[in-house]
Amino acid sequence: MDGFISTYLIPGLIMAGKSVLLLATLLTLIAYLLYADRKVWAAVQMRRGPNVVGPWGLLQSFADFLKFIFKEPIIPSAADKTVFLLAPLASTVLALAAWAVIPVNEGWAVADINVGVLYVFAISSLEVYGVIMGGWASNSKYPFLGALRSAAQMVSYEVSVGFVIITVLLVVGSLNFTDIVLAQTEGLGTMLIPGMPNSFLDWHWLVLFPMFVIFFISALAETNRPPFDLPEAESELVAGFMVEYASTPYLLFMLGEYVAITLMCALTTLLFLGGWLPPVDIAPFNWVPGVVWFVLKVCFVFFMFAMVKAIVPRYRYDQLMRLGWKVFLPLSLAAVAIVAFILQLTGWGGVPVAG
Amino acid sequence: MDALLQSYLAIIVFLAIALVIGLGLLVAPFIVAYKAPDVEKLSAYECGFNAFDDARMKFDVRFYLVAILFIIFDLEVAFLFPWAVAAKSLGWFGFWSMMIFLAVLTIGFVYEWKKGALEWD
Repeated sequence: MDGFISTYLIPGLIMAGKSVLLLATLLTLIAYLLYADRKVWAAVQMRRGPNVVGPWGLLQSFADFLKFIFKEPIIPSAADKTVFLLAPLASTVLALAAWAVIPVNEGWAVADINVGVLYVFAISSLEVYGVIMGGWASNSKYPFLGALRSAAQMVSYEVSVGFVIITVLLVVGSLNFTDIVLAQTEGLGTMLIPGMPNSFLDWHWLVLFPMFVIFFISALAETNRPPFDLPEAESELVAGFMVEYASTPYLLFMLGEYVAITLMCALTTLLFLGGWLPPVDIAPFNWVPGVVWFVLKVCFVFFMFAMVKAIVPRYRYDQLMRLGWKVFLPLSLAAVAIVAFILQLTGWGGVPVAG
Repeated sequence: MDALLQSYLAIIVFLAIALVIGLGLLVAPFIVAYKAPDVEKLSAYECGFNAFDDARMKFDVRFYLVAILFIIFDLEVAFLFPWAVAAKSLGWFGFWSMMIFLAVLTIGFVYEWKKGALEWD
């Protein structure tokens, strides 16, 4: 009994503590990212955005949250009730699940598993189930069509995201996120300029710049963000697969979407922007804890997401599919071959850094 | 507790807590919110008339096609993962083996492109 407590119970409680801490921080961060999203969007359109609840509207997301809980939940009489309620749950829980392996600082991950990238890739493939289930269970035409479109769009861009991740793996030679970040302590900057400390020039965004661009656009498409928000194109499909949802089931869909967006920002940060590494590894910058740099980079990528939403008009569906299958897929496939060839020829990269 | 269990148990614990948060949110309005259902409110959304029939109707075959293509390419990516990690130690032999595999898939891709499977008009 004593052995059970010290081997299983205490580590288990520590895991639970870490998980709760990460989830609480993540959800609070998302509440403010949502607020930032609306503020950026408002600023671009010369509006004020939310400014009533709390000082400068800072508590707006929490007010919205409370409002969702006190709204009447509606389950359409024609709907398949179990699947109808399971869909938003699946979309949120799966989106959150991927965060278990994301390291926010060196050694600061709930589970620093050695197949982290594969795990995130697998979980993000499953996210399409929430959409399909929601659209099918609603038993209404708009959600059904929206779900079909959305599923086709998500799987199309999943493929090019996969190939982009492969190029990063070729350069790093490990599936572990910590290794991927640590591999960016050396790179183009330290290679070309002797005596140069680790800086943003070493990160993968510069060496794999075309991949970085493809990943960013695919991330927009995969999370159904504007300009690829066709599933909820309000001019034709009202709100896509979410039409029949109200109250917290709707909230869970939106939450799942924003968790997925934040996850994509975190992935961009880890794969291309050096994770928790400071922009230049010299005095004032490396005093700041890594987690601060990580959050700042995630916020920066999210800001780019928000700006794209504010500035770019929506794509047409055939253009979207053409971009995914006829431009990004051949480009990223060619990039895998080219990167592999260059690495074989020169002998750069490809060695796991730690463990 | 060994290292494998240490890292994978953490994922299970994380998943369980995420599930509790999700379930809590899902159940909350059914307990606290005011409910006044009526027939119109619970009917499927349409543009001002009652739905004619079941909404699970026939749809465009292209969606199936996209799903099949996705399976092919996603499996390809799954094959590439272990190769990418070990590419360095596999050397030129590993490189050319994978290039032949990719070439075969690319022939299929060119074929489906020429066949018009990627057209949405």
